[in-house]
Amino acid sequence: MTILEWMPFSVLVPLIAAPLCALLPGRVMPWSLAMLAVIASAAISALVLPAAVDEPLRYAFGNWPPPFGIEYYVDAVNAFLALLISAMAVVILPWARKSVNQEVPERQGPFYALFLLAMSGLMGITLTGDAFNVFVFLEISSLSTYALIAHGQRRAALLASFRYLIMGTLGATFYLIGIGLLYIATGTLNMADLAERVPEVSDTRAVRAAFGFIVVGIGLKLALFPLHRWLPGAYANAPSAVTVFIAATATKVAVYILLRLVFTVFGVEFALDMPYREVFFTLGIIGILFASISAIDQPTAKRMLAYSSVAQIGYIALAISLVSVEGLAAGLVHIFNHALMKGALFMAVGAVIYRLGTNRVEDFAGLAKSMPWTMLAFVLAGLSLIGVPLTAGFISKWALIQAAIAQDNWVAVAVVLVGSLLAVIYIGRIAEAAYLRPAPENRAPIREVGPWMMVPLWLLIAANFWFGIDTSLTLDTATRGAEVLMGVGP
Amino acid sequence: MLEFVLPPAFLMIFGALLIGVARPALRPLLALATPLVTLYFIWQVDDGIQQTATFLGYQIQLVEGSALRRLFATVFALMAFGGVLFAFRQSKWWELSAALLYASGAIGVSFAGDLLVMFLFWELMALFSTVVVWCGGTESARAAGIRYAIIHLVGGIILKIGIEGLLIQTGTVEIRALSLDSFATWMVFIGVLINAAAPPISAWLADAYPESSPMGGVFLSAFTTKTAVLSLILLFPGQPLLIWIGLFMIFYGIIYALLENDMRRILSYSIVNQVGFMVCGIGIGTELALNGAAAHAFAHIIYKALLFMSAGAVLYQTGERKCSNLGGLFRTMPVTTICGTIGALAISAFPLTSGFISKSMINSSAAAEHMAFVWFALVAASAGVFLHAGIKFPWFVFFQKDSGLRPADPPWNMQAAMILFSVLCIGLGVFPGLLYSLLPYPVDYVPYTADHVVTQLQLLLFAGLAFFVMLPMMRRTLTISLDFDWVYRRALPWVVGVLDTALGRARDAVTRAVLLVGANTVQLIREKPYGYFSSRSPMGRTAIWMAVLLAVVVLLAIV
Repeated sequence: MTILEWMPFSVLVPLIAAPLCALLPGRVMPWSLAMLAVIASAAISALVLPAAVDEPLRYAFGNWPPPFGIEYYVDAVNAFLALLISAMAVVILPWARKSVNQEVPERQGPFYALFLLAMSGLMGITLTGDAFNVFVFLEISSLSTYALIAHGQRRAALLASFRYLIMGTLGATFYLIGIGLLYIATGTLNMADLAERVPEVSDTRAVRAAFGFIVVGIGLKLALFPLHRWLPGAYANAPSAVTVFIAATATKVAVYILLRLVFTVFGVEFALDMPYREVFFTLGIIGILFASISAIDQPTAKRMLAYSSVAQIGYIALAISLVSVEGLAAGLVHIFNHALMKGALFMAVGAVIYRLGTNRVEDFAGLAKSMPWTMLAFVLAGLSLIGVPLTAGFISKWALIQAAIAQDNWVAVAVVLVGSLLAVIYIGRIAEAAYLRPAPENRAPIREVGPWMMVPLWLLIAANFWFGIDTSLTLDTATRGAEVLMGVGP
Repeated sequence: MLEFVLPPAFLMIFGALLIGVARPALRPLLALATPLVTLYFIWQVDDGIQQTATFLGYQIQLVEGSALRRLFATVFALMAFGGVLFAFRQSKWWELSAALLYASGAIGVSFAGDLLVMFLFWELMALFSTVVVWCGGTESARAAGIRYAIIHLVGGIILKIGIEGLLIQTGTVEIRALSLDSFATWMVFIGVLINAAAPPISAWLADAYPESSPMGGVFLSAFTTKTAVLSLILLFPGQPLLIWIGLFMIFYGIIYALLENDMRRILSYSIVNQVGFMVCGIGIGTELALNGAAAHAFAHIIYKALLFMSAGAVLYQTGERKCSNLGGLFRTMPVTTICGTIGALAISAFPLTSGFISKSMINSSAAAEHMAFVWFALVAASAGVFLHAGIKFPWFVFFQKDSGLRPADPPWNMQAAMILFSVLCIGLGVFPGLLYSLLPYPVDYVPYTADHVVTQLQLLLFAGLAFFVMLPMMRRTLTISLDFDWVYRRALPWVVGVLDTALGRARDAVTRAVLLVGANTVQLIREKPYGYFSSRSPMGRTAIWMAVLLAVVVLLAIV
C-alpha cells in the first residue's frame, strides 16, 4: 500500500477501535487498545506529512470520484495539524492512565472509547475534503466530548457538559445552515469543487449569508469572544486528562476548518470583501484583553488556564485577521505552540490535582517544596506562555508581531504586548504561591507524582524549548501552509 | 572555515546548571571554577564573527569578538568570580546558580554579534536578576522583585519591538552604530536606556537592589547597567542626547544618595550616578570619551562591587541596614573598614586608585571638545560623588559616633573577596597601563600629570572640608539629610523635596484614578455572579451574541 492508501487509516483506526474499546473490561485492556490505536494514527500522520507538503494527497472513498463521493484532501496545512492531534494523543494517554484511574475509577472501557471517538472526529474534520463530512465529524467529536466532560467528578461537570451541549449544538447548526446555503447556491459539497464554483455566485445573498452563518458557527466552536462562555466551565470541570486533550486540540481544529473554508473555499478576495478582517481583528483584540484580565482573579488554576486559552484564541484570531502569509503562518504556528504549552500547563495542574485533590490557587502555597519537578515544569511552560525567548511561545509572538509590524498595525502590537504582561501576572500568581509562600501547617505530606505523569509532562516541556530554538519544522511548515491558504507560492 | 568556538556564555550557563545537579560538597568548587574557566575562554575569542547559528530562519551571530567586548566580558567574569568567592559559603546554591546565569547573560550580551542574540541574553539577565532579588527572602524582597520584573519585562518588550521593526525596515539586525531617525531605533534606544537606569525610569534600581540578600547585592551591582553601557557604546556612540541624560543621572544619583539613610540604597543611587558618567562619555563620543566610558565601567564594576561587599558584610554581621543605627564599626571590623574605605576612595577618583585613571578620561574628553558646561558639571559632580559615596558611606557606617555594635569581621571568604577587589582597585590605579592596554582605541592619555592630580586633590579636599565642617550639626541632629551652607546644596534638596511631594501627590491621584477605572473595568468583565460577561447561566447570552454577530456579519456582507 502507498502512503496515499494508508492515509485514511489515521482516522479509521481510532474510529474502529472505539467500539471494541467500549466492550473491553477492566482498566488495563481499554487503555492499551486506545494507546495502540493512537500510536498507529500518529505513525501514519508522521509518514503523511512529508509527502503532503510536496503535493496534496487526494483519496476518494469507495473509489467514487470526488464531486460525488467523499474525498480526503491532505496538504501542508492539515497534515501538520493531524500530526499535532495524534502526537498529542500519544503523549497524553500515558499521562492520563493514573489520573483517569483516580477520577474515573469505573467503566473505563466506554471512557477510552469516547476518547478515541473524540480524537478520530478531530482527525476526520482535519483530513476531509468535503464540507458536509466536516459536519459529521464535528458532531462525532462534539458529542463524545460532551460525554467525556460529564465524567468529571463534581456535579458541576454535568451542568458544564449540558451547557456546552446546548451552545455547541447552536454552533454546529449554524455551520450546517451555512453549508446548506452553499449547496443550494453551487450544488456541490466538495471543498475543491466549491472553491471553483463559489466565485461565479459570490455576489448572491445566499453565499454571503452562508459566509455569516459559517463564520459565526465555527466562531462558537473555537471559543471566539464573546462566544467563549462554554469553555471555562467545560475545561474546569472535565476530568484532567480530558481537559489536557481538548485544550490542546479541539479549538485548534475549529481554527483550521475556519481557515480552510474562508481561504480555500470562499477565497482571499471574497474574504477581504466580507467583514472578515474587521470581525476577527476586533473580537481577537477584545478577547485577548478580556480573557487575560479575567484569568487573573480566577479561583482555580484550571479556570485560570481556561481563560488563558480564550486569550490565546484571541491571538490566533488576531493573526489570521491580518490576511497575509506572515499573519496566517503566525496563527498556524501558534496553534501548534499553544498546544504544547497549554498541554504542559494542564498536565502540571492535573498532577497537582492527582496528589492534592484540589487546584485552588491558594492551595498551591509551598508546593515547590513537595512537588519540585511538577512546579518547575509549570513555571517553564508558563514562561513559554508568556513568550520568553528560547521557548515556543516566543516564536509565536515574534511571528505575530512581525506580521503586525509589516502592516504597520501598531494596535495589534500593543495588544499582544499587554497580553504578555497580563500573562505574567496570572502565571506569576501560581508561581508565587508555590515558591514564595509557606505550605499550610495542616497539609498532609504529599509526594511528587510518578514517571507515568512526569515523563509526558517533561516531554512537552522539552518540546516547548526544542521548538523555541529549532523552528524548521514549525515555522517553515506553517509558512508553507499559509502560502497554500493564501494561494501564493509553488 | 570557522573553527568551533565555545561561546563563553554557554560555558557559564552549563556550569550554573551543573551546580543544581551536583553533590552539595562539589557545589562551591563548581561555582568558583565556572567563572575562571569562562574567563579563559573569553580570552580565546578573536576579533570578528566567531560563531553563528540559525534561529527563526536568520543567520545569527552568537559570538563576535573585539577589544571592547573582551574588556566587558573579562570584567563580568572577574566580577562573577569575586561575587561567588564572597558568597559561596553563605548563599544557598540556587542563589549562586541564579547569579551565575545572570552573569552569563551579561557575558552573552558582551559577545552578541547582532541584536537578536543580544536580546536573548538580555532576557536571560532580566529573568535571573529577578531571581537574585527574590533570594533576599523577605516580604519586601518579594514585592520589590515583582516590580523589578515588570519594569524589565516592559523594557525587554520595547527592545523587542525596536529589533523587529529594524529587522523589517532594514532587513538586518547587525550591531552597528544607529541613528535616532526611526521609530524602531528609538525603541531600541529606550529599551537599552531602561536597563541603564536612565531617567525617568531610574527608580527600579534603588528600589530592588537594597532588598536583595547581603550576597545578592554584590552581583546585582555589576551586570545590568553595565551591559546597557556596552550596548550604548556599540549602538549609539556620540549621540548628543546621551550627554544630557548622563548629566541628569549624575545629579539624580548624588541628590538622592545624599538624602538616603539605607547604606545599600546610598550605593544603589551611586550606581545611577556613576553610570551617568559613562553615559555622558558615550554621548561625547570621541575616542578618548569612549575609552573613558569603557575604562570607567571596568573600574566601576570592581569598586562598586567592593563597596557592596563591605556593606553586605556589615549587613550580614549586624543585620542592620540604616546608617543612623550604624557607626564605630572600625574597632571590630578592621578589614571591612579598610576595604570599604579603599572602595570609597576609588569611587571618589582619588589618585592611585582605579577611579582616578578612568573618570579623568571622561572629564578630559569633555575639555578636549571644549564643552565648557559639561566639563564644569562633571567636575562639580566629582565633588558630589566624594560627598555621598566617598565620605558619607564609610563615615556613617564605620566611624561617626559609636553605635555600640561590636560585630566581628565577616567569614574568611568574604574577607578574601574584599581584599582581592581592593588589590585590583589599587593595582589598576598604580599601573594604569594594565587597563589602558585592554581599551578599544589606542591610548595616549597620561593620567598622572601634575595638573590632573592637583585639580582632583583640591576638589576632594574642599569637598571633604565641607563635609567635616558641617559634621557637628549632623551629629547633634542625627538626621541623614546633609544640609550644606553652600547655597545650591541647601536649596536643591528642598526643591527636590517639594517637587517630590508634588509629584508624589500627582502620582497618587493618577494611581487612584487608574485603579478606580481599572477596578470598574475588571468588575465588569470578571467572573462574578452578577458581572455581565460571566453570568452563571451563559446559554441565553451566547445565543443572543450569536444572533447579534450573525446580523452584523450578514448586514455588512450584503450592504
